[in-house]
Amino acid sequence: MNSAQVISYLIQASYFIAAVLLIMGIKRMSSPVTARSGIQWAGVGVLVAVIATFFHHGGAHGIFIENAALIFVAIAISTVIAWYSGKRVAMTAMPQMVALYNGMGGGSAAAIGASALLGFAAIANAPRFVPGMPAVNPSQIVLAVIGALIGSISFTGSLIAFAKLQGWMDKTFRFSGQQLVNGLCFLAAVVLGAMVVLHPQTQTIVLFFAAALLFGILMTLPIGGADMPVVISLYNAFTGLAVGFEGYVQGNIALIIAGIVVGAAGTLLTRLMAKAMNRSISNVLFSNFGSGGGAAQEISGSLKPIEADDAASLLYMAEKIIIVPGYGMAVAQAQHKIWELSKNLIDRGKSVKFAIHPVAGRMPGHMNVLLAEAGVPYDLIADMDDVNPEFPNCDVAIVIGANDVVNPVAKTDKSSPIYGMPILDVAKAKQVIVIKRGKGTGFAGIENALFYQDNCRMLYADGQAAASGLIAGLKAVDGGGGH
Amino acid sequence: MIDGFLALYLFMLAAFTGHEIIARVPVILHTPLMSGSNFVHGIVLIGAMVALGEATTPTEQVIGFIGVFLGAGNAAGGYVVTERMLEMFKSSKKTENKP
Repeated sequence: MNSAQVISYLIQASYFIAAVLLIMGIKRMSSPVTARSGIQWAGVGVLVAVIATFFHHGGAHGIFIENAALIFVAIAISTVIAWYSGKRVAMTAMPQMVALYNGMGGGSAAAIGASALLGFAAIANAPRFVPGMPAVNPSQIVLAVIGALIGSISFTGSLIAFAKLQGWMDKTFRFSGQQLVNGLCFLAAVVLGAMVVLHPQTQTIVLFFAAALLFGILMTLPIGGADMPVVISLYNAFTGLAVGFEGYVQGNIALIIAGIVVGAAGTLLTRLMAKAMNRSISNVLFSNFGSGGGAAQEISGSLKPIEADDAASLLYMAEKIIIVPGYGMAVAQAQHKIWELSKNLIDRGKSVKFAIHPVAGRMPGHMNVLLAEAGVPYDLIADMDDVNPEFPNCDVAIVIGANDVVNPVAKTDKSSPIYGMPILDVAKAKQVIVIKRGKGTGFAGIENALFYQDNCRMLYADGQAAASGLIAGLKAVDGGGGH
Repeated sequence: MIDGFLALYLFMLAAFTGHEIIARVPVILHTPLMSGSNFVHGIVLIGAMVALGEATTPTEQVIGFIGVFLGAGNAAGGYVVTERMLEMFKSSKKTENKP
């Protein structure tokens, strides 16, 4: 065994260790106790694999991989930028950052596919057979094309999702015949992909990538912001699959295992999310949700405003209080103030709970992360199924920054776009206080029937200001004749 | 090269593993786990490194460079945001004792 073989053997061994660490890392991330060590294990796994790869095919011009300097520069620049942006981003902006980093992974897989396909084209179009030229396995070309297609869609699609969540782009972009255009674009990508498989040529490969990248954009443009969590999760699964397929093309087992594990886990997670919104994945992707139901039922009643002092009195007299936070609370950075308010209420002997809708925030569990950041203990946070039976016994429900997930229209109005979506039964509470900045509609653009109910009062204020006002109000009641 | 059926078995086993891992996860960990799995496919970086390492023409080098750049961003960014999220989960446990 010569030294090159020894090195190759050691690289394979490192990849094996990396694959084991990645799988065990994900496994550990699935429990709150071990979660933090999980990401560290996975991190070590990737680090080991990256260091080993620097010695890939070394020997001809030194011990390092060809183009090692280029590789090092690319990694250094990208890592610094990503590390810095990842450290600085606010917790509320986490979903779009995940979308961005995920898109980069998809793009990377597509780039691997592109260089593999160009290599195949060079072999196929060589004027004559050169001894020592590698034979091309047809299944390699097929998987390279499929991986490149999925990776490209994930790349541009995720970037659009990022731009939308970041607010750089209008929420939706639609025109008549859009589905036909999208369908034709996808068909073009598939046909070009098939042509690449049958006869790899540089021009066809370029056109194939153009169609695939364009389809990713077109597919994501019409999807409304409310559906973005499902879409990001779907693209996460896409990138995983693309990585797995390109791993097969390169004969790299670590890529295959990590990619397919993420692909399967991501697909399941996407389905769980879509289920929480009572929608199928195809419904999310191909229906025009979020355009505002034109034929929605008229809502009778009026909006009844309330001042913070009066709302505080209601809280003072209540025993059982449920707080329903939504993404609006996080945008206003009000979670710390709300937790302070909760502590004030608990100190006065009230029972306080936080009710979380499965899709509150921008990703499942996002609201739990935001509340955890503010220091809210786990045992005060309840899931929808557990807390819904408690609303009829609840004296005051405080809705802050949530809208569509508490809209009773989802149960009553069949023409509403959110009809059938499971909601928190806030409407059944004895008294509801809605903290809201203005009279606008929610992310889905639908009027909320809850706000017009007799038991509902609107506290128009910024989330932080409202919480401070309520705390001050409570203290005022304490001081003046509270005993 | 990995043989056809061996690859199929590998795909199947990896897919089951991914499914099993997520199926038992509490909702509160869905976001960190999605972010964590986003980091895990950052392993694509080593594939891109090999692609750039085997590139000979300038076109291949440009494509390889883009691949490595994007892959490194996926890995580094995915790690940082996941770590930050999970760190908070740890600190929230401390406050659990003093409601």
